[in-house]
Amino acid sequence: MMNYVPDPPPQPATAALQAHDLTVVRGPRTVLHHLTFAVPRGQVTGLLGPSGCGKSTLMRSIVGTQAKVNGTLQVLGHPAGHPALRSRIGYVTQSPSVFDDLTVRQNLEYFAAILDPGRAAAERRHEHVTQAITDVDLTSHADALAGNLSGGQRNRVSLAVALLGAPELLVLDEPTVGLDPVLRRDLWNLFHDIAATRGATLLVSSHVMDEAERCHRLLLMREGEILADDSPDALRTRTGGDTVEAAFLHLVDEAAAAARPKESTR
Amino acid sequence: MSTTTITSTTPAPAPTGVINAGRTTATAGRVLRQLRHDPRTIALMIVVPCVMLILLRYVFDASPRTFDNIGASLLGIFPLITMFLVTSIATLRERTSGTLERLLAMPLGKADLIAGYALAFGALAIVQSALATGLALWVLGLDVTGSAWLLLLVALLDALLGTALGLFVSAFAASEFQAVQFMPAVIFPQLLLCGLFTPRSDMHPVLTGISDVLPMSYAVDGMNQVLHHTDMTATFVRDVLIVAGCALLVLVLGAATLRRRTA
Repeated sequence: MMNYVPDPPPQPATAALQAHDLTVVRGPRTVLHHLTFAVPRGQVTGLLGPSGCGKSTLMRSIVGTQAKVNGTLQVLGHPAGHPALRSRIGYVTQSPSVFDDLTVRQNLEYFAAILDPGRAAAERRHEHVTQAITDVDLTSHADALAGNLSGGQRNRVSLAVALLGAPELLVLDEPTVGLDPVLRRDLWNLFHDIAATRGATLLVSSHVMDEAERCHRLLLMREGEILADDSPDALRTRTGGDTVEAAFLHLVDEAAAAARPKESTR
Repeated sequence: MSTTTITSTTPAPAPTGVINAGRTTATAGRVLRQLRHDPRTIALMIVVPCVMLILLRYVFDASPRTFDNIGASLLGIFPLITMFLVTSIATLRERTSGTLERLLAMPLGKADLIAGYALAFGALAIVQSALATGLALWVLGLDVTGSAWLLLLVALLDALLGTALGLFVSAFAASEFQAVQFMPAVIFPQLLLCGLFTPRSDMHPVLTGISDVLPMSYAVDGMNQVLHHTDMTATFVRDVLIVAGCALLVLVLGAATLRRRTA
């Protein structure tokens, strides 16, 4: 199987994520099949593909919460899940993971205290919390219980938690689902701002193809495999499509055609 | 496939045994803050044991000796049951809401989390036990030979044991329905065998043997020691050490059920 996959070109030392022959098994199913890719630092990389294609599993592998990960996965120069990474990665799960029976500010204060504990850091924590609430535009709801907020607002609380402590890598699992267009635009501006000003790396998943146009780079996934790893422009040029969606469909057809003769070797 | 190098599954050298005071108190504060937004739960936790004691006092209106025996035992059993229920549901919610996964992906030690929970519920248990003990001794006329402080000590250890058991069983419950069902499964057999209804030595020898290895037997026995003796007896010290040891053991088992990596 490995013989068909050419070795990746040597990645520059600046890659934030580097995967080689990454395979994940969940129960009876192999969710990710021998993935090899790299994600450059300081850019917004989109992870796109239909629901159930393995995006969340890949993200959980990167943040180190996924069991049964085989192969090599280097994150910011460490193997994924290394304790040194825990304060350097911000992670937003697909469904908001915040305490519904705490206010927005109390939620953030608690997570901030986990990242930066101690009485001496109280002032710094307060600043970070206020900044994070402003970043996700929830200042007017800071004292509302998270459980009383709308789905989109709770998503943003979850995102604010991930922004705490200025992480070098942000792994965001469908952060813009269920948001209105204005908020979606604002959040994408925020993502680019974080990449540009803090030099952070962002890996953002989505199953909405039009969000692909906003990324520097794209990883297109389908059924646990990576179909393409390129910039949106290069993808469109390569496939001759007008949109990333057209490019995706082209690649799916291409892969299906190529898979037929290969099937017997599996 | 056979040549795959396993890099990321290598268990990361976790900083074990180290409790970070800041993270632990932050966790305890957070758990108490969550409860403060739920005043009904607090009221139920604190009022229900008191109401039960009052009820019991007048059920045994004609025989104050019976009230002494059962009342003292119940002062040890109430905190155990309440803390068991509250902790199992609270940690189950933490597991299912994704906050546990998020916390374990952050620099939070498992010991910090468990100690935080134990601290928060322990504080609540002090309030609950103090009220119930005070009510029983000074309002309902529970006749205790030993010191009220010792009653409180046993009650507190029982609460800790309840917290530990709750934390542990929450790992085996997939929903709140299941978590609640663990109460009859884990607590009721201990309740029947702990010597509350009949002395343990009068039971079928097999049951006596079983009750010898159940921690609640020692919780109730400790209460009875205080009831009948002015000083700390050797049996009392043994009972206290066994309950504390069980609580610690189950807490460690509970910590083992917190996994950073899940399927």
